[in-house]
Amino acid sequence: MNYFLSEEEEMIVETSRELALKKIKPVREHYDAEGIFPWDIVKEMSDAGLMGLYIPQEYGGMAPEGKRGIMSMVLCVEELSKICGGISLAMAASALGTFPMLIGGTDAQKKKYLPDIASGKKLAAFGLTEANAGSDAGSMRTTAVKKGDKYILNGTKQWITNGSMAETYTVFAMTDKSKGTRGCSCFIVEKGTPGFSFGKKENKMGIRASATTELIFQDCEVPAENLMGGKEGLGFIHAVGTLNMSRPGVASQALGIAAGALDEAVAYTRQREQFGTKISSFQAVQHMLANMAVEVEAARGLVYNVARMVDAGAADFAKESAMAKYYASEVAMRTTTNAVQIFGGYGYMKEYPVEKMMRDAKITQIYEGTSQIQLNEIAAKLIKESAKKK
Amino acid sequence: MKIVVCIKQVPDTTNIKIDPETGTLKRESAGTVMNPFDMYAVEEGLRIKEKMGGTVTVITMGPAMAKEMLKSTIGMGVDEAVLLSDRLLAGSDTWATSYALAKACEKAGYDIILFGKQAVDGDTAQVGPSTAQYLNIPSLTWVKKVREISDRDITVERMMEDGVDVVKSSLPVALTVVKEINEPRLESLKGKMRAKKYDPPIWTLADINGDPNMVGVKNSPTRVAKSWNAVREAGKAEMIDGPDAAAKADVLFSRLKGLGIIK
Repeated sequence: MNYFLSEEEEMIVETSRELALKKIKPVREHYDAEGIFPWDIVKEMSDAGLMGLYIPQEYGGMAPEGKRGIMSMVLCVEELSKICGGISLAMAASALGTFPMLIGGTDAQKKKYLPDIASGKKLAAFGLTEANAGSDAGSMRTTAVKKGDKYILNGTKQWITNGSMAETYTVFAMTDKSKGTRGCSCFIVEKGTPGFSFGKKENKMGIRASATTELIFQDCEVPAENLMGGKEGLGFIHAVGTLNMSRPGVASQALGIAAGALDEAVAYTRQREQFGTKISSFQAVQHMLANMAVEVEAARGLVYNVARMVDAGAADFAKESAMAKYYASEVAMRTTTNAVQIFGGYGYMKEYPVEKMMRDAKITQIYEGTSQIQLNEIAAKLIKESAKKK
Repeated sequence: MKIVVCIKQVPDTTNIKIDPETGTLKRESAGTVMNPFDMYAVEEGLRIKEKMGGTVTVITMGPAMAKEMLKSTIGMGVDEAVLLSDRLLAGSDTWATSYALAKACEKAGYDIILFGKQAVDGDTAQVGPSTAQYLNIPSLTWVKKVREISDRDITVERMMEDGVDVVKSSLPVALTVVKEINEPRLESLKGKMRAKKYDPPIWTLADINGDPNMVGVKNSPTRVAKSWNAVREAGKAEMIDGPDAAAKADVLFSRLKGLGIIK
């Protein structure tokens, strides 16, 4: 389908696709099997200029003038994820870790941290989730206590993507427990800060080239100037804003995985022969492919439109971005499962890429808000909108 | 430091067919690409610039259609990409081409001139060293690694059949590089955006102060006498049979002797 991409957007697609095919495709199987963090590919992404697509030009990024660059990011993540949804995450998770700063950082904070993230010299990571604070982020236990010109952080963050690989962390902690979510604040914590260490690297089902670790804070002293936006109590606003903005990114990762699986499935049916003919001639197979194609295209339409909506400066896009994330991740799971089905026994083997795609797809239904949380969000907005009309 | 990289547009050999009648390449149908070895020369030029500062200028001699290839080098990050194009240059062989490239390098200014080790269409490997001869500068061929470089000299490793030569030369110098030297980068997004708007400057023979009596088909000493496809005759194998190896060897011996292959 023609989405009327601008010349610049076409170039982003072209650059990302070339990088994915030439650099990622040859290593994806190995990196997945061994759980290797793709530093060499991160370097390629940086050199290609893809790490700062969503960062304003004044801070060294390449977001188009007057836009947030979400569409640029979405196009890039989709292309990279068609080939490997794990490796693409190094870039997408860095974006997630950067959004709190883009949303709530002071100019000084942005000037200090964004240029290195935009150039790819440093990765960022987002530290919100805890063992007992997943979907219910409000129940977090990490605390930050002000002491002179410092905040003392204590607590443990769990399942942090880019953990131990990133240099710059945006970490959420309670500065005033009594105020509930209004007592939450966000801090910029640099790797190497005394009292800040990493737990074990998780052994995951999919996205295995991505690093996932705990962040451990033990009397970690963070300079007060690293309090995001310079004001306490804004953390929850920064977190919710970030998730709204990052959901098109996860959605595009899911979309890419789905589109990649569809490409593999179509190609396979034109090559595999059974009963003396290509299996692409069987209507049962054709209908599976057609259903997959319709869903992938519908997901793409939703994701691109939300991205454009965010870029255009919309104030509230929580419902739409939840819809895109929900739908694309469900499509990713269905499409990859069906791709494995089309490959039959071969699809279940690690020698073929669809097995990995199916494992990679699953996380998109879980992280940055499960599918169920997205539905809650969508329904809550629907009901609110209806109530407002009366 | 002024770095010049000379590149050539060649038929896309992954996609080429040979005219069975004439034995020549069907260039029109193949499409064109940058000579693969030249990609490594461009990459090495960029790496030297990143280390030493300066500019990288790419030069190619050919028709206007070579502009797209030049733009791709802008995408990779070179500063300027020049098209040397003139009707008077048409049909130049390696001798005449080297003269023209030498004149173009003089116009551009150079400390280091890089070439791929050879072009995959002609396979002569002559243009790099010949250009250096016209300019009266040393040439180091088959370079697989630049060990050290300063404003005054360069030390390189040359990939020889029997090992590696380590050679030091003063600047200016011409290098031809092998593909082992590096891994060419992809075009970056910023590079592509610049390339989109970039219109390669065109230099004529007059622009480079070239002598018309040195270039073009008339002034090219190379003559292609004949070209043909090597044909292997298949299906003429003869099986030698016998009761045992000694008997087979006897038959083989007399057959070979009869053919005059052994005496």
